[in-house]
Amino acid sequence: MTSTALAFLSAGFGAGLAVVGAGLGIGRLAAAALDGTARQPTATGDIRTTMIISAALIEGVTLFAIVVCVLLAIKV
Amino acid sequence: MTTLLASLFLAVATTQYAPAPAEHQATAPQHEATAAPAPAEHGQQAADAHGAAPGAHGSAHGEAAGHGEGHSLSDVMLHHVSDGYVLEFPWVCDGGFKWDCEVDLQHVFGDSLVFGSLDMTPTKHLIMMWLASIVLLVVVLGSTRKRSLVPHGVYNFVEVLVQFVRVEICRNNIGQKYGDRYVPYLVSVFFFILFVNLFGLLPWAATATGNIAVTAALALFTFVITQYAAIKAMGLGGWLKHLTGGVAVWLWPIMIPVEILGLFTKPFALTVRLFANMIAGHIVILSLIGLIFAIGSPFVALGSVPMALAIFGLELFVGFVQAYIFTMLSSLFIGQGIQHAEHAHHEEHGHEHGDNGSHVAGHSPSHG
Repeated sequence: MTSTALAFLSAGFGAGLAVVGAGLGIGRLAAAALDGTARQPTATGDIRTTMIISAALIEGVTLFAIVVCVLLAIKV
Repeated sequence: MTTLLASLFLAVATTQYAPAPAEHQATAPQHEATAAPAPAEHGQQAADAHGAAPGAHGSAHGEAAGHGEGHSLSDVMLHHVSDGYVLEFPWVCDGGFKWDCEVDLQHVFGDSLVFGSLDMTPTKHLIMMWLASIVLLVVVLGSTRKRSLVPHGVYNFVEVLVQFVRVEICRNNIGQKYGDRYVPYLVSVFFFILFVNLFGLLPWAATATGNIAVTAALALFTFVITQYAAIKAMGLGGWLKHLTGGVAVWLWPIMIPVEILGLFTKPFALTVRLFANMIAGHIVILSLIGLIFAIGSPFVALGSVPMALAIFGLELFVGFVQAYIFTMLSSLFIGQGIQHAEHAHHEEHGHEHGDNGSHVAGHSPSHG
């Protein structure tokens, strides 16, 4: 396989793996947030804020991987 | 968002080698025939999305086709997202109203701003950043002209945001004592990122924070201010001592480079987080619209345009959230730098200033 083909292949794999990571992480986050809200409905506001911040941070890490994949797919 | 991005990314990567020109030329006349002069390339913002959509893509495509044959889908997408010297906007040029008049900034400035190998000619992102900054200054300064105890209108809204940054972000993370010193910087950063992000969602505008140089500059400011706060609290010697990490002298050659590198990971993360969030949103929207061209059938628009609208709403939200996250993390780093110093002082001097509200257990309440 040429290096171009390998780069595209790895970009695809990388994007998929990044999505798996984000999905798992944010899924667990949402589950914990729902648990907490169920246990203590009065804390819903605080939990929601923390959840959104944490989701943005996890998404940020995922996007590091996406940036690398985009570099692979474009700089080739 | 990342799911969509990943899946459509593969579609784009493969269509780069698809017989793009023939396919696009065939569908372009079809689209333009059904078009009303509708807002253009970024045009998902139109309320009449469905009716305007084929026209929007027709004009986006006509523009790409007019530039030169063989423009693949990924080329068009990259062109919309990256920086360049060509400004496009609807205006009167070439003897009539056109939806995409072009101004080549290199032609406007020529070589007057090229100093050797340093080319300081303004680019598209720079002009957009200036425009967003002007809008920000006009809105904020204009609305707070008459200082009153009970604000009305836009003044009220601005004050709510400033108060939010000052209390929730600054005082919580940096502490009562030193918080107010860093409020101007944090408020500036928050409003700047917010306005630039939102400005990039307007038609014909670009997101300046989608340029890694801009986000790197913002992270550099945060870095400088964080180290300044740490040095001010610990003294230069104390700060240097922190760089050694408290190990034995013979480990210093290993420890100091590692610690210096560690200093840079946080600003690097700030840079890439903001940059990637802004770029990813735009690329997803462009991919969804580009899917119409990649598949070739106009019926794809029925599913593609509503999804692009939804992602556009998400982009609005992400613009706010990323401004908040950048500001919060900046304040967190500044607070950490100062609290390291407070720890060191406490070990030496005992409890001199124990009234720092956020000093309980050595961590700020909203830590993590």
